[in-house]
Amino acid sequence: MDAPSIERVVEAVVRDSYGRLVSFLAARSRDVASAEDALGEALVAALRAWPLDGIPERPEGWLLTVARRRLIDHARHDRVRADGAVTLRLAVQRAEEAAMQPEFPDDRLKLLFVCAHPAIDPAAHTPLMLQVVLGLDAGRIARAFLVSPATMSQRLVRAKIRIRDTGMAFAVPGAAELSSRLDAVLQAVYAAYGTSWDDVAGADARLRGLAEEAVWLARVLVRLLPSEPEAHGLLALLLHCEARRPARRGSGGEYVPLSEQNVTRWSRALIDEAERELTVAAAHGTMGRFQLEAAIQSVHAQRAVTGRTEWSALALFYEALVRCAPTLGALVGHAAALAAARGAAEGLAALDAIDASSVARYQPYWAVRAHLLAETGADATEAYMRAIALSEDDAVRAFLAGRAGAAAERPGAPAT
Amino acid sequence: MKYTMLIYETEADFNARTNDEQARYWGAWKAYHQALVQAGVIAGGHALQPPVTGTTVRLTGGKPDVQDGPYADTKEQLGGFIDLELPSLDAALEWAARCPAAAYGAVEIRPIHTM
Repeated sequence: MDAPSIERVVEAVVRDSYGRLVSFLAARSRDVASAEDALGEALVAALRAWPLDGIPERPEGWLLTVARRRLIDHARHDRVRADGAVTLRLAVQRAEEAAMQPEFPDDRLKLLFVCAHPAIDPAAHTPLMLQVVLGLDAGRIARAFLVSPATMSQRLVRAKIRIRDTGMAFAVPGAAELSSRLDAVLQAVYAAYGTSWDDVAGADARLRGLAEEAVWLARVLVRLLPSEPEAHGLLALLLHCEARRPARRGSGGEYVPLSEQNVTRWSRALIDEAERELTVAAAHGTMGRFQLEAAIQSVHAQRAVTGRTEWSALALFYEALVRCAPTLGALVGHAAALAAARGAAEGLAALDAIDASSVARYQPYWAVRAHLLAETGADATEAYMRAIALSEDDAVRAFLAGRAGAAAERPGAPAT
Repeated sequence: MKYTMLIYETEADFNARTNDEQARYWGAWKAYHQALVQAGVIAGGHALQPPVTGTTVRLTGGKPDVQDGPYADTKEQLGGFIDLELPSLDAALEWAARCPAAAYGAVEIRPIHTM
């Protein structure tokens, strides 16, 4: 993610314009599916033509011209419900007027709030955003979420019918509701990035392919909500994780844990940008979950400058995080930081305090537990086996197997 | 858009309409109804008698099979409904959250099917 290719820059403009147009049309017709349907071909055509011909002066106008042909076809075949088609055609007319202005209006925030609406199944929030706001195809989204394309399409279609038929408001929630509704939006973007608690397990392999799209959405959010500290916090968090991407794998593709990463392979530019976002967030004076998670990554990033990790600072940030968002990731991260700051025994005690039924299938718990047991000289074999069984990534499995072998061979280790 | 707010209540809630809690029960509903009227969003509706007064009919083998009691035997039963004229689901959800039954039972919002 150093110097983006020309194709990538052009794609960014295409998807940016596409998202603005879908939002503009859907905000007026409430019919997301029809808006997408009208613009789908234009999106594909632009992705093909613009890298060769250059970005048109009025990108939205270009897309609308292609879309208009599609709309006329539609009217001819009468495949759309007549009343809906009229509303959509009116919206397209308005869009064409707007496309003559220097800057096309940006209704994407409204659409993001609709995608993460409490009346929509939370499992559909992230896929909806990726498809509706960025124009990703359902097949790609399905692969990232490990479901069949048919299942994903059905889920998305159902959500869009619900948006249309229940009459969801295309509006940014008022002040009273904003923070709780924004949280759902931020969480959906975060989910697109994957479990970025990468210190132990590496980013969730299933969702890794969507990391750039998640950063993209986070940037859009910061632009649209510049005075929301948590939006800046989320972007800072994702940028810090992205900065370490090149260092997470060794030359042979093997998994490298955070503590052993070569800091010269971290992206200085991304770390600097993350730090700037975090500073902007802090200036607002209200802490939140994503700012805390970003602050934790910021402490890790300082190792590139100071050569050491401030584990006591990390333990404090995790403590605050556990208080405001006690997710499993935060609880396990807290235990790991405590262990590094005050010894393995304290870390193990913190792990023991987590509800046992909730961690049965949570890989980072078993990886940290195995690591700490091995450190105290106790038998870590079972914990390693569980962590390996729960790892989806070959490289992570190989890494854990290597650690398990080393622990078993250590003098005093119980014979197997 | 037109929505119906479906109000679900338990047996205890139905009892509260007539026992020594009735002043509190009807007080909350009266206030809520007044708020709806004042906002000019109400378009009809009714409170229903308790589910024991229901009679259910379905045709079996072409003949009406009449049974006493409500259609479904569940803990929470339909206690009434209110029709609303509102700009969006979000506005309807706001009114639903203010409904007395949201605190003790459950409230469902459904768009009205227009023929």
